[in-house]
Amino acid sequence: MTVESATSAETTTGADAPAKGLAPRVAMRAIAKSFGSVRALTGVDLTVMPGEIHALLGENGAGKSTLVKILYGALKPDSGSVEFDGERIADVSPAAARSRGIVMVFQHFSLFEALSVAENIALALPGRRADTALSEEIRTISRRYGLAVEPEASVAELDVGARQRVELLRCLMQDPRLLILDEPTSVLTPQEADKLFEVLRRLSAEGCSILYITHRLEEVRQLCSGATILRRGAFIAHVDPKAETVASLARAMVGSDVPVIAEERVSERSEIALSVRDLSLPRPGLFGVALKDVSLDLHAGEIVAIAGVAGNGQRELFDALSGEQPVGSGVLFLDEVDIGTRGIAARRRAGLALVPEERNGHAAVPGLALGENIVLTRHGRTDGTVGNGVVRFSAARRLAARIREAFDVRAGEGDPPAGSLSGGNLQKFVVGREIDRKPRVLVVNQPTWGVDARAANEIRAALIALARQGSAVLVISQDLDEVFDIADRIAVMADGRLSEPQPRHDMTREAVGRLMTAGEEAEDAA
Amino acid sequence: MDLTEAVLITIVTASTPLLLAAIGELVVERAGVLNLGVEGMMIVGAVAAFAAAYGTGSATLGILSGALAGVALSLLFALFAVLIATNQVATGLALTLFGLGLAGLIGEPFVGKPGLRLDALPIPGLSAIPVIGPAFFTRDVLVYLSFILVVGVSLFLARSRAGLVLRAVGENPEAAQNLGYRVRLIRIAAVAFGGACSGLAGAHLSLAYTPQWAEGMTGGRGWIALALVVFATWMPSRVFLGAYFFGAIAILQLHAQAVGLGLPSQAMTALPYIATIIALVLLSRDAILLRRHTPAALGRPYVPVR
Repeated sequence: MTVESATSAETTTGADAPAKGLAPRVAMRAIAKSFGSVRALTGVDLTVMPGEIHALLGENGAGKSTLVKILYGALKPDSGSVEFDGERIADVSPAAARSRGIVMVFQHFSLFEALSVAENIALALPGRRADTALSEEIRTISRRYGLAVEPEASVAELDVGARQRVELLRCLMQDPRLLILDEPTSVLTPQEADKLFEVLRRLSAEGCSILYITHRLEEVRQLCSGATILRRGAFIAHVDPKAETVASLARAMVGSDVPVIAEERVSERSEIALSVRDLSLPRPGLFGVALKDVSLDLHAGEIVAIAGVAGNGQRELFDALSGEQPVGSGVLFLDEVDIGTRGIAARRRAGLALVPEERNGHAAVPGLALGENIVLTRHGRTDGTVGNGVVRFSAARRLAARIREAFDVRAGEGDPPAGSLSGGNLQKFVVGREIDRKPRVLVVNQPTWGVDARAANEIRAALIALARQGSAVLVISQDLDEVFDIADRIAVMADGRLSEPQPRHDMTREAVGRLMTAGEEAEDAA
Repeated sequence: MDLTEAVLITIVTASTPLLLAAIGELVVERAGVLNLGVEGMMIVGAVAAFAAAYGTGSATLGILSGALAGVALSLLFALFAVLIATNQVATGLALTLFGLGLAGLIGEPFVGKPGLRLDALPIPGLSAIPVIGPAFFTRDVLVYLSFILVVGVSLFLARSRAGLVLRAVGENPEAAQNLGYRVRLIRIAAVAFGGACSGLAGAHLSLAYTPQWAEGMTGGRGWIALALVVFATWMPSRVFLGAYFFGAIAILQLHAQAVGLGLPSQAMTALPYIATIIALVLLSRDAILLRRHTPAALGRPYVPVR
């Protein structure tokens, strides 16, 4: 909508040359880009006005990242034009983009871990060194925008929220004219996200344009005055998000109605399947989190979701449950049997199924075929994949095919290596592989991290179905929407402590958000 | 000249080539490139320095030619390992093999020829200090250069903006490119600097340590320099300590063998290696310090996406 009005405004002013203020901050037209035989973008338009907060929407693989990388100068388009403040950009490079004031907060942070905060920021500012003058400047701007960071701190010691503040601050110190944010709220608590929105609104009022990439459509309706929707590399629509509903935006992104998870559910409490009793573990290594008196009873047939910002002990808890981190006896019970001293394979044989956070290299061996990956995880029950110690590849391939069929995993012909699957498809495969074992207890860390809406819903539905069949499911997730979608009970992990799980209907997002920061408040009070 | 003084002088002589090569490789590795070709660049530097000095009678030309030979070989490495993004370990090993062979070929006519020895340039004032003066301040230009390089590289990495960019490239090349830095150019420059240092280390061997040419005269010093960089946790001051510690024990065990301590000579010869590794392992136990100085992208080929 904004495109049309802007262009028509220019044409009506006609002879007296388009006013400078009316030129869009960014106008990308008919952008196309291919990687080999894959067409990532086919004729995409994007217009962002000065001071506008503009959303870029689309499923995974829709081409959002590619488009943004072109704008940022990290990729060269095959064809199409890019205009910035009415001026056509010929040279595409990150350096040139930054000299025009195009800055970006990346989804997977682009900070230098071994360097200090000040050094990280100095690298983004031409000719600056990490001296006391710069540290002073960082403190001033961090106060002005309410983004608390310590210039001398080493980035490796910071949690994800603080890292994002550093990235944002680094962008702000470059006097941005266009700020690009890729999924900025996926690692934030609701309160932190609100703070971020305040900063963004303030920047927008100061005239900086913002291009905002997110999966969270409610945020788009709150924050953005325009939205561009992409689907499979093609331009779909330019809409006013305030005039749309979350459902209509989702429909435009996906191209069909998004399946909704059935709300009505019977969750009958039955016996306790997995019990964690006062589990405390020291900090593993330098940047880990100590677990403090974690207790949890997981009943058969229910889904308990553990919410919380990453880096609060979720990984450590998962490692303790999976057996990657030994916990000793008396703290971990599967059907009243103490499994704390058993290794990973023994726990899996006892009926525990595990889906770790990292798909490639942790949940699956990237270089091995899907069938081979199944063989590796079939401990106790081999399902015919191993006979007399010899792998039966045909059986493994059949099993892989069955899982691909059941969980709609889209991959290459035959039995392709796990590493060749896209993130969402590999995640579906990994979750499917564990569900297929009909485990007594399934523990899954970040089941839909980086997975698009459709695949995420399929995974969530599969988890719910598994619980219905009587398995106990423990989901560790940073995604609050997901937590509220699937959980019967919700607990929150903060600073290595786990809150008492509460029935979903008794929890609100605000309550979860408060629990997420409980650890920090306790520290502040101390 | 008493014994202490004589020992100290030989320790400095033995340590200088290690220090020169290691400080150069440290810069290369802080930029994220692992060049295992140090031994090869060193020996080609040695033969080039000897040949140029022998042919022209000028020690200065000898030093320059040693450094340039190191640079030339390192650029060959950079062509493959940085620009074509081949496996750095394999490419570096190939460079060492190539260098050893090339040096033998070039050096054939110079075997047994009398060489030129670098002049000692006493530093006024400092050279008059007893014991330390003759060992450290009445030396050739390459000894002084090795001291200057340690201080210079240390300041460059810690204080200068260019050093910060170099560390950033070794830590996270993708992020550095996103900030508009030319990762491969910076890496090539670092590799060339390392090549020059290795070449100078070779020149010191053939113009000062033993002023002559003999095939295989580097005797594995390039490998020791490489190990020093890792065990010194990529810190220049520790590379200095490590090089001198190794040099000192290597010389002292010779004297100990001469006196006759009753230990098998093999054990004594192995002593500098063992002692240096133990000392540097003990030094590198601080995990936070280690994380701040270890280049995270070390050895990983970088291919810019366009």
